[in-house]
Amino acid sequence: MSTIFFLILFPLIVAIALLIFKTDAVRDIIVKVSAAVIAAGSIVLAVQNFAEGGQMYDFECEQLGTIMMVIEVILAVIIFVLGCKHKKYLVPVLACIQTPLMIWFELSHGHEIEVAHNMYLDRLSIVMALVIGIVGSLICVYACGYMKDFQHHQPEGAKDRRPWFFFLMFLFLSAMFGIVTCNNLVWMFFFWEITTLCSFFLIGYTRTEEATNNSFRQLILNLVGGLAFACGIVVLGCFYGTLELSTLISYGTAGMGAFVVIPTACLALAGLTKAAQMPFHSWLLGAMVAPTPTSALLHSSTMVKAGVFLILKLAPVLGWNLAGIMVMLIGGITFALASFAAISQSNAKRVLAYSTIANLGLICICGGVGSEAAVWAGIMLLIFHAVTKSLMFLCVGTCEHHIGSRNIEDMDGLFDRMPKLAKLMMIGISGMFVAPLGMLISKWAAMVTFVDSGNFVLVAAICFGSAATAFYWTKWLGKLSAIVANRENVETTVHGDEKFVHFTLAIMAVVICLIFPLVSKSIVVPYIVGVFGTTEAVAALSSNNLAIMCIMLAVVILMVVLFFGKTSKKIVPLYMAGANTGDNLHYMGSMQTPMEQSLRNWYMDSWFGENKMNILGLASTITILLVVFAMMFAQVIGGIM
Amino acid sequence: MVKMIIWVVAYLILAPFVGGLLSGIDRIISARMQGRKGPSVLQPFYDVLKLTEKEKITVNNVQDFYIVCFFIFILVTGCMFFAGQDLLLVIFTLSLASTFLIIGAFCSGSAYSTMAAERELLQMMAYEPMVLIAAVAFYLHCGSFKVADIVANDRMGFPYMVAAFIGFVFILTIKFRKAPFDLSMSHHAHQELVGGLKTEFSGTTLALVEAAHWYENVMLLGFVFLFFANGTTLGAVIGVVVCLAAYFLEIVIGNSFARMKWPVALKSAWFVAITFGMANIVFLYYR
Repeated sequence: MSTIFFLILFPLIVAIALLIFKTDAVRDIIVKVSAAVIAAGSIVLAVQNFAEGGQMYDFECEQLGTIMMVIEVILAVIIFVLGCKHKKYLVPVLACIQTPLMIWFELSHGHEIEVAHNMYLDRLSIVMALVIGIVGSLICVYACGYMKDFQHHQPEGAKDRRPWFFFLMFLFLSAMFGIVTCNNLVWMFFFWEITTLCSFFLIGYTRTEEATNNSFRQLILNLVGGLAFACGIVVLGCFYGTLELSTLISYGTAGMGAFVVIPTACLALAGLTKAAQMPFHSWLLGAMVAPTPTSALLHSSTMVKAGVFLILKLAPVLGWNLAGIMVMLIGGITFALASFAAISQSNAKRVLAYSTIANLGLICICGGVGSEAAVWAGIMLLIFHAVTKSLMFLCVGTCEHHIGSRNIEDMDGLFDRMPKLAKLMMIGISGMFVAPLGMLISKWAAMVTFVDSGNFVLVAAICFGSAATAFYWTKWLGKLSAIVANRENVETTVHGDEKFVHFTLAIMAVVICLIFPLVSKSIVVPYIVGVFGTTEAVAALSSNNLAIMCIMLAVVILMVVLFFGKTSKKIVPLYMAGANTGDNLHYMGSMQTPMEQSLRNWYMDSWFGENKMNILGLASTITILLVVFAMMFAQVIGGIM
Repeated sequence: MVKMIIWVVAYLILAPFVGGLLSGIDRIISARMQGRKGPSVLQPFYDVLKLTEKEKITVNNVQDFYIVCFFIFILVTGCMFFAGQDLLLVIFTLSLASTFLIIGAFCSGSAYSTMAAERELLQMMAYEPMVLIAAVAFYLHCGSFKVADIVANDRMGFPYMVAAFIGFVFILTIKFRKAPFDLSMSHHAHQELVGGLKTEFSGTTLALVEAAHWYENVMLLGFVFLFFANGTTLGAVIGVVVCLAAYFLEIVIGNSFARMKWPVALKSAWFVAITFGMANIVFLYYR
């Protein structure tokens, strides 16, 4: 219990300290020390609760509820003012619905409802705490070096708002620890809204017009999600007399998921918005205007992970009911269409963003299917995605500062220009889609469970989506691996912090794949057994298959260590239709002048263009949402009549 | 376990001979269709042996690594298939191998091999859904993804999976690198962009690529065989006959078409996967 408090409060204190101490040197020390402390804290939490797998805590505190309410009101006022100031009138409207609704509820009903356990800890929270504590704080360390370069690239005389930036980063971590340990939905909602606001300010950090617009887009979409969350709480409180997540879930494990389908659907909708699923996905694409550490944080360990965390938590009450079908279909459509859209993108961050949206879609489907094996696959996806995606973002961020572009086309010859970084990126990309690395193993598990769920739409989505996934990753991988002669090495000026974080994440990405069976056996399987109460095998993949994957990975690592970059053969110039001038870069043109050769990737915009995919995605997912909620509404009316 | 080892060893030793012979027969049949006499049936072996005697040259110090990995993982794929392992595992390992081949082509930085690498990627994207769907169909029919269970299953899959079979044979044209979908690497010199994917491979490296192709073909024919396996000798005979017929069909197709543009490959393969493949899946769900 005290460790949980520490993890919530310590980042908060650090955040405030960072707001006060504004010099580079002091900030570096605070960030690095506290990152280490937070990471250690999350590991301690895991070790302490590893054996019994956590427990529920009643932890009653009247004042805390009042404090939260006061903070909520203050935040609502801030949102209201900001929305009016920037003429985004939807923002104040949403704030005016949501906050009074919650206050009315808490004053009229909320305080009467007995909450037995306000907080809890189970193995899924431990996994999340490890992801937040380790990956999240590594990103903060990376930000130390990165933000120095970032400030350096800003126009002369620009105000240094880095204290604000670091304040938000650590506040974010604090709120995330809150989300994963609160059993009282009202409390969870409080932290939920804090993360929304944190990402609003982080996205708008540069205060350019684009950044402001995108931050408000994020705010509007997530306020819609917040409103859904609030509705879920109100329905649950008024009609089911509970505010506890564990009680809601226990309906599912008792086989009464359909009984709580309305509050479940509301909460799941909130999860979908936060997990950037269609039709709400555009906020995540807009979020990349922010400095890279923000994207890395939003995509890997916080924000979107809060969304999928909630959906995976709700898995027992999802499945073959309206709420479950909604989550499955939206996840399936998002996975396929976002994977297609990624093909048409040349901006590295945008490719990463679409890939995140697609992978979150997969995790959502896993939650929606709601079977034991599906949740297993979902948690595995979550872990691997956090590590691999943060590695990719941080590599792209460093790359951008050194080659001056985040366009994949400009990464020509990166293999020679930034040899170490290119190889780390190759590890990251391979980790995203190819056997025997993590994402593929979990995608495979997910596929098996989709087939078992009997939903053929999901089968189609994963078959076609995976094919597209391999396409866009491999063409990027090819660009990175291409050896273009005579390039200058520009890697010498990378900050030590950034290098440290890159290497740590890359090693983690590989090591987790190697200890994959262990993670499954010791953490994920016990969690699922605990939630579903089943005793049969819950892992979607047999241990035999996992073992084969591990052996394959070991073979690949061994091959790389022994043979990569070694040859005894004579190296000869490339074939350029007999006209290579000898440097592999130029050929003799028909006018007998040397012409430069340049190669471009393939984007198939007319096939997989972003706009097409967006229109298709928005139309289909909005229809699904409307139909599902209309059907539930009809059921309610039918029930009353 | 012993049976499994025998199968793996047999595959490792015999597959190159079977694959090479099939390739030789292919060349004779193709030649006869074009009104030529054609080479000896052992010509593919002579070609590969000759390649190993060429001067040892390469374009950079990493290409060989990728190609060796490609070769090894093609072998691993086949071994897992013939050891009766999980079909999805086999498919994913095959994709891993193909990725190594593609990166091997990309890494040279040569215009011709880069272009072919991208085309190869397109081909992968075109055939992958249908292959996965076929695997799912086997699972729905037999209740297991394991090749060993599918082979031992006593109801022949074909009557329940006619549509998936047609779809699979369709994408086999891409996998066997036959016209009209031989976009990245062709047997026909007259329609090839220099050497396609093979442009920057030479000597032993190219020999490995050829040998891997033989291994891969045998594994793919094994996949076709699965549709007919029902644990009896009759099923096995039918399976082998259909495999040969499918191979012949691919030769005929290869010789009767010219190379088509890439959109045709993607459109038609995905169309087949959505219609034939998914229809079969839906049928197996609601049967």
